[in-house]
Amino acid sequence: MKNTDLPLLEARGVTISYSGNAAVKDVSLAIYEKKITAIIGPSGCGKSTLLRSLNRMNDFIDNVTQEGQILYRNSDLYGADVDPVEVRLRIGMVFQRPNPFPKSIFRNVAWGPTINRLPGDINVRVERALKQAALWNEVKDRLDDSALNLSGGQQQRLCIARALAMEPEVILMDEPCSALDPVSTARIEDLMYELKQNYTIVIVTHNMQQASRVSDYTAFLESGRLIEYGDTDEVFTRPKQKRTEDYVTGRFG
Amino acid sequence: MAANDLTKRPALGQRSASLRRRHLLAALFKACCVGLTAAAVAVLGLLIYQVAADGLPWLDMQFLTNFPSRFAEKAGVKSALFGTLWIVTLTALISLPVGVLAAIYLEDYAPPSRLTRVIEINIANLAGVPSIVYGILGLAIFVRFMGLERSVLAGALTMSLLILPVIIISAKEAIRAVPASIRLAAFAVGATHWQVVRAHVLPAALPGILTGVILALSRAIGETAPLIMIGALTYVAFVPAGPMDEFTALPIQIFNWVSRPQQEFHELAAAGIIVLLVVLLSMNALAVLIRYQGTRK
Repeated sequence: MKNTDLPLLEARGVTISYSGNAAVKDVSLAIYEKKITAIIGPSGCGKSTLLRSLNRMNDFIDNVTQEGQILYRNSDLYGADVDPVEVRLRIGMVFQRPNPFPKSIFRNVAWGPTINRLPGDINVRVERALKQAALWNEVKDRLDDSALNLSGGQQQRLCIARALAMEPEVILMDEPCSALDPVSTARIEDLMYELKQNYTIVIVTHNMQQASRVSDYTAFLESGRLIEYGDTDEVFTRPKQKRTEDYVTGRFG
Repeated sequence: MAANDLTKRPALGQRSASLRRRHLLAALFKACCVGLTAAAVAVLGLLIYQVAADGLPWLDMQFLTNFPSRFAEKAGVKSALFGTLWIVTLTALISLPVGVLAAIYLEDYAPPSRLTRVIEINIANLAGVPSIVYGILGLAIFVRFMGLERSVLAGALTMSLLILPVIIISAKEAIRAVPASIRLAAFAVGATHWQVVRAHVLPAALPGILTGVILALSRAIGETAPLIMIGALTYVAFVPAGPMDEFTALPIQIFNWVSRPQQEFHELAAAGIIVLLVVLLSMNALAVLIRYQGTRK
């Protein structure tokens, strides 16, 4: 790959183990600004674990040990003086299953900015986030309704709006469409394309069409190891590794 | 392939012998369940009928506003009723914060160590300790060592000890039932641990916690043994004015009346039981109401 920009996020020799079993093995990977980076690979290959390490969500799992470095703008994400709350302010996350708070639509989006005392009018911020997430027109007349009354696809866009309201630099998406129908999936893919203008996105997916459609770069992981990483076009059309080719052509996995 | 050959199967209308036997078994099991439930309800109904038949004639305003007396016609439950209300209120004020905070600590903050496990197992064990043992503990610590005498406070502290394990366990269950995905979502928008607990875990767990607390308090209302142990009086002709006053409680008054030889006092005891049941059922109704409010949101 021919990107000479400085990476926004960079994993250097990262190994992550659960109770001694390595799920991610010696992975080095650079994430570039305002690009979509897809992480693909078979189930259990460590892609979600790697993704969670990028905003310290693995901190909540017991018995996790991590070696190597993760750099954010060249400073250590896991440095002794770094508050994980600060990390998650800059690097937001959308989860596999839509997980709105059991509160109103408005409060789902407004809660993060409120507790973090982000500047500006909260109403403006919520409206902007919902518009960015292409949800505003569907919910503008019922912002006080419970978020749980929304459809699955709407809930996932609400979760994206919740992440956007924090104005992070990076949004991590952990198989954001795996619980959604094709129509909702298409909407979220369109949305990711829009968001690329302003945000850096890292998406974990086991849907290879999705990876090839939306991403600029693709990393292929297998059994915790990074097999191949490069421009999405190259990884899907001219993979350097035999195993990558087998996987992206659907020969296994 | 033979097993899948649909043409060899009997027509849909003909049930095989094995299927008929399975349906019969299912019907038998259902009959058993219905029968046993009916038996339990019948026993309860009989009990309530007997108590009501004996006690209702004695139940009037005078019964609620009079102090106990050696003349059955003048005797009432005023001091016992107020004593019980004092005990329940103080017990709630003490055990609610302690129990809920302990549960939050154990579920959310305690490291998954051997010590934590030992504590959790022992709390579960404490829930099974006979109430009289708590009475002995209360007598030794609150009445004697802390010098609280036979006060409402000593009684409430003892009752708090008694129901704390139940409160902690039910609060822990309620907290554990809050989906992990909600916590993670909250952390992902830059919340601190306390903000996650305060804004998401506690509100979601609150109906469950309050139900547990009220059911535990209902149990405390009916307890007699620990109160007798710490020296609650059986004859009190005044209403406690503060937490340091002496007191009696409804179950003690009932026990006292039942142990008298005269028939009238036995009927008075039945009336006292009705009062106790009403207090208890109102608290349970409150628990149901809170749970309903919580699930509706």
